[in-house]
Amino acid sequence: MDFLNAIVALANYVLIPGIAYGSQLAIGALGVTLVYGILRFSNFAHGDTMAFGTMIVILLTWWLQSLGINLGPLPTALIALPVGILGCIGMVLLTDRLVYRFYREQKAKPVILVIVSMGVMFIMNGVVRLIIGPDDQSFADGERFIISARDFKNMTGLAEGLGIRTTQVLTVVTAVIVVALLFWFLNKTRAGKSMRAYSDNEDLALLSGINPERVVMLTWIIVAALATIAGTLYGLDKSFKPFTYFQLLLPIFASAVVGGIGNPLGAIAGGFVIAFSEVTITYAWKKVLVYLMPEPLEPSGLVQLMSTDYKFAVSFVILLIVLLFKPTGLFKGQST
Amino acid sequence: MKKMLMASTAAALVATGAIAADTDEVKLGILFGFTGPIESLTGPMASGAELAMTEVTDSGKLLGGAKVVPMRADTGCIDSGLATSNAERLIADGISGLIGAACSGATGAVLQNVAVPNGMVMISPSSTSPGLSTMDDNGLFFRTAPSDAREGAVMAEILMERGVNSIALTYTNNDFGKGLSDAIETSFKELGGEVTIVAAHEDGKADYSAEVGALASAGGDILVVAGYLDQGGAGIIKAALDAGAWDVFGLPNGMVGDSLPETIGPDLDGSYGQIPGAEGKGIETFSKMATDAGFEGGSSYAPESYDAAALFMLAMQAADSTDPAVYVSKILEVANAPGEKIYPGELGKALDLLRDGQDIDYVGGSAVELIGPGESAGSYRMIEIIEGKVETVGFK
Repeated sequence: MDFLNAIVALANYVLIPGIAYGSQLAIGALGVTLVYGILRFSNFAHGDTMAFGTMIVILLTWWLQSLGINLGPLPTALIALPVGILGCIGMVLLTDRLVYRFYREQKAKPVILVIVSMGVMFIMNGVVRLIIGPDDQSFADGERFIISARDFKNMTGLAEGLGIRTTQVLTVVTAVIVVALLFWFLNKTRAGKSMRAYSDNEDLALLSGINPERVVMLTWIIVAALATIAGTLYGLDKSFKPFTYFQLLLPIFASAVVGGIGNPLGAIAGGFVIAFSEVTITYAWKKVLVYLMPEPLEPSGLVQLMSTDYKFAVSFVILLIVLLFKPTGLFKGQST
Repeated sequence: MKKMLMASTAAALVATGAIAADTDEVKLGILFGFTGPIESLTGPMASGAELAMTEVTDSGKLLGGAKVVPMRADTGCIDSGLATSNAERLIADGISGLIGAACSGATGAVLQNVAVPNGMVMISPSSTSPGLSTMDDNGLFFRTAPSDAREGAVMAEILMERGVNSIALTYTNNDFGKGLSDAIETSFKELGGEVTIVAAHEDGKADYSAEVGALASAGGDILVVAGYLDQGGAGIIKAALDAGAWDVFGLPNGMVGDSLPETIGPDLDGSYGQIPGAEGKGIETFSKMATDAGFEGGSSYAPESYDAAALFMLAMQAADSTDPAVYVSKILEVANAPGEKIYPGELGKALDLLRDGQDIDYVGGSAVELIGPGESAGSYRMIEIIEGKVETVGFK
């Protein structure tokens, strides 16, 4: 019984939040890694692209809610999501047309593009705040729990509860679908293959008749879709606030780099590595250990490696360690 | 064109000069956190202060018929830089008294950097940090809210009465949160209770599941959240409910407001706490006046704000001056006994009495009684969340 309680407590406080957060990071990191692999620069505007896409989804969700349209147990935001993706694609293609294309034609160095993306980041930052404001917005509706901690306790008679939120399951399911679709696209379709060819060797790809502008456009479309999906899932699961999305940039980049930037598989692995390190290192293990240890060995302290205030520091440290010892990341990515 | 511009600038300058010289207008600054973590409380607070000013203006009895003009400015609650620059702007605009700030951190910053150097009197309706009691203020600072040191004792008693033996305690990482949580911790331990963990949380995060994980690991009968209701405090409660870590929460001041049950939903029912507040004729009259004026009189610190504004105007009348250096000595006199008791809506009568040289004992909406360094003695309203509403269950 104690063993079961320990497992349930672990699942409730570490595994489930970690998996959901990891999936959100993974989808975000996929976007960053695609831009890096194909367009060859670190896109600092990614967090705010997520915020922009999510903002459209939220505005639409509110409108749908006011009309009384909903999906029953599922959040209404799912209906609004495709439109949000389209809006985000439009915005990203416009930015590419107005800003990035100029530098691409100049054959600007990646570091210049990085700075340019920071400029784009600040503009988008401002646009999102102008439209929806800097505050927390809540747009989640539908059934909040698949199983709430209280029901779980009543059902099983265990001392520990296990709460599973609808949004957590939704996040994981969506992440699996998105990743499967992306890999199918990159590996099986002509367009996906041309993207990978462009990423491997730009000149060879040009010689074999691949249209670079088309590849760039495809990349932005996919990145915008990924960003909107990641942003909406994060917003549904936690809450939407422009500043938090900006802050998400750090763990997302850490995920991409840890996994090996430019490598989609690495981005997914990196997302989970970062999420679980953040959660496990700042978790107070006392509860789990008390169930597992024999009485005399039970810890009296909290068994917490680091206060939760240092959550973001964990991403930094992992980033540093990986860059020092394995600069190309866990999976072999590109390094410039 | 250029000439016209010059002329109109000159005219504007003359005009401002004329207004500044006009003694028939008394300006009172209202410096609250209109944005930030308690923004849902500050709206009714400012309305409360302005209600007192309108009442006095309409009576036409202050200093022979002066008009009282409120001037609002924002502190962002946690932004000391914004708070001090806005306080300086208010002083440059010629205010005679400063109502505020609302949040303790901002109040401390404004007091030390602006009010003391400029000799401006401040009355805060809602800053409760114990640190403000001992701050060097040249006698310029008063508050119609009690210190959290008192709230700690009250909360510890309430917890004991409800049979709570151990608590987990989390606070918002600033002057207010730290002061309040220290007070609760010491008082509760003195009464023999156990505090399993005291952990800070940062405001403005999207996700508090990690913080709740640590708190839940430490355990405790209930979780006391010394935070802000529009901010991390609500986030912590939401995350704790999601994880099934606690069902009942202790809500000290800062967490009591109608927006909390709205954000959290029915799961908050049964949580309880306290907020500075008084019972009796004062608050009843004030609530009625507030409803007539179109705002919620039961909102936290709204009566205290009315009282802060009233104290300024009554002290000015008693001293027959709007000069802070002159009327400051009268504030304690009008606030405390002896004298005729003054309730909300009776400011006109009070002004008459003061003009005739008689003593008054201002009671107001929050049973004002200033003790020690000029802070409210503190009576508390015990609240419980019942069916999604903040209900009063008693006084202490």
